[in-house]
Amino acid sequence: MEQVNELKRKVLELLKEDARRTPELLATLLGAEEEEVKTAIEQMEKEHVIVKYATVVNWDKVDDERVTALIEVQITPERGRGFEGIAERIYLYPQVKSVYLMSGAYDLLVEVEGRNLREVANFVSEKLSPIDSVLSTKTNFTLKKYKQDGIIFEDHEEDNRLMISP
Amino acid sequence: MFTNKNQPSGEQSKSMSSYLSPLVQQIQPSGIRRFFDLAAGSKDIISLGVGEPDFKTPWHVREACVYSLERGFTGYTSNAGMPELREGIANYLHARFNLDYDPANQIITTVGGSEAIDLALRALISPGDEILIPEPCYISYSPITAIGGGVPVGIETFGKDRFKLTAEGLEAKITPRSKILILCYPSNPTGAIMSREDWEPIAKVVEKHDLIVISDEIYAELTYGSNHVSFASLPGMMDRTILVSGFSKAFAMTGWRMGYACGHPELISAMLKIHQYTVMCAPSMGQVAALEALTNGMEEKDRMVDSYNQRRRLIVKGLREAGLECHEPQGAFYAFPSIAGTGLTSDEFAKRLLREFRVAAVPGSVFGLGGEGYLRCSYATSVSQLNEALERIGALVALLKKERENKA
Ligand SMILES: Cc1ncc(COP(=O)(O)O)c(C=O)c1O
Repeated sequence: MEQVNELKRKVLELLKEDARRTPELLATLLGAEEEEVKTAIEQMEKEHVIVKYATVVNWDKVDDERVTALIEVQITPERGRGFEGIAERIYLYPQVKSVYLMSGAYDLLVEVEGRNLREVANFVSEKLSPIDSVLSTKTNFTLKKYKQDGIIFEDHEEDNRLMISP
Repeated sequence: MFTNKNQPSGEQSKSMSSYLSPLVQQIQPSGIRRFFDLAAGSKDIISLGVGEPDFKTPWHVREACVYSLERGFTGYTSNAGMPELREGIANYLHARFNLDYDPANQIITTVGGSEAIDLALRALISPGDEILIPEPCYISYSPITAIGGGVPVGIETFGKDRFKLTAEGLEAKITPRSKILILCYPSNPTGAIMSREDWEPIAKVVEKHDLIVISDEIYAELTYGSNHVSFASLPGMMDRTILVSGFSKAFAMTGWRMGYACGHPELISAMLKIHQYTVMCAPSMGQVAALEALTNGMEEKDRMVDSYNQRRRLIVKGLREAGLECHEPQGAFYAFPSIAGTGLTSDEFAKRLLREFRVAAVPGSVFGLGGEGYLRCSYATSVSQLNEALERIGALVALLKKERENKA
């Protein structure tokens, strides 16, 4: 059991670096059987440990109007359900990219994406704020993304080692 | 009076080289350098010729150095190195390899492992002493020996022994002038390591012939499957061994130029004499970084070793699939496949690989006896680059096979 978990953890690490790695390559890197790796991946997909294989994009480099805001939301929790119901009301909107329950000065952190400032502002004033239990919102527009999911956007990681060295 | 390329030379012009020390004149430029010149300038080459980690020095180490610079830590340190660092090295060697050195008089920090090797040889060699060097090996031992006035004596090691040094091989090269044995395990370029059982017969020969050992253990942290056994940890060997190591490989710190040597107080004190008159002390910022690496760097180091190990599996499998025989390297970050079956010398093979397939690797012949017929491939490079390089090597091997068939 321990070993299976160890293999799964390593597979996750390697896929996190590059989701396109094949079971064959993963098996070689880890000194495991290809079948073992395939089974581990299938299990993790089924259990939603692996939720999706995605591509990290630096949208700033794409000629495409797009703004993101991080919105701090204070809410009154619902009796019996706490924050769950409200979180769901919010995360079902397609404009909402992520929702986190936070400790500290506010309750939910909501990442909203829109084509421009107005679109995001409208979402906040027309959809988010009117929700009954929402007490207040504070909208922070992001100006530039330096790092996401551990990846530094401007870091080209140039290999400036000598071509041949002792 | 000197010849000068840019000016017409006078009548009684004299060649500049006639001024040079004969010890230096006998030194050939390194084969690695020669090959580097071939590769330099070309673009889009995948390099498996690199003898250093592909990681940047861990950030906490760089940061510790930056902070210390901000606080103005920029002066000389004591000749042997900051006491805290020497203590850190002593604790580390005790914890990792069961070695006990007194930081007060048995440890000296140096400008890379390179300086430590030079100091050890210069402190020990009398002109004409024979220095035993198992080969293929790191390219510097033999030239430094010669510059120091010693006579390098290569001991060939073989693929069939997985490039381990054997007692018979060693004994066969011993003469009354033999004085020093230089060991380098885990090995650059072969990836060979030595187990306790492998070491025991060697220690007997060392004792019997009263040799002094310089043990270059710079790759000690990079082993896969079994832990490194330091030669100095064998019974009776501590006092006749100068342990040389450094931070370059284990902590991805090649540019910092930090290494060290440990040994009997009288040997270390002799090395310290040379060190204090030649370089004064290792760079102070390097020392701060080294201390941080030893104190808080083990987790990052383990992560890097894990990653080398993954790529080691990839390259060995890939080289075998490409049609080259390849033993499994147990340490360092080099694979050393045999290219003998292709009908080319290692130099020819490496040149064609570079020119026609744009992959740089180092011909085994530059590493001394026993290196001909092999190719050193560093796997300290990204998985995607490795995969691409392996494919190209496979293509060259296939091409060579076809050429041989056409001829036949
Ligand atoms: C076996 C061996 N010893 C010593 C060195 C020199 O290391 P440093 O950077 O500590 O001078 C190297 C570097 O390639 C090496 O491979």
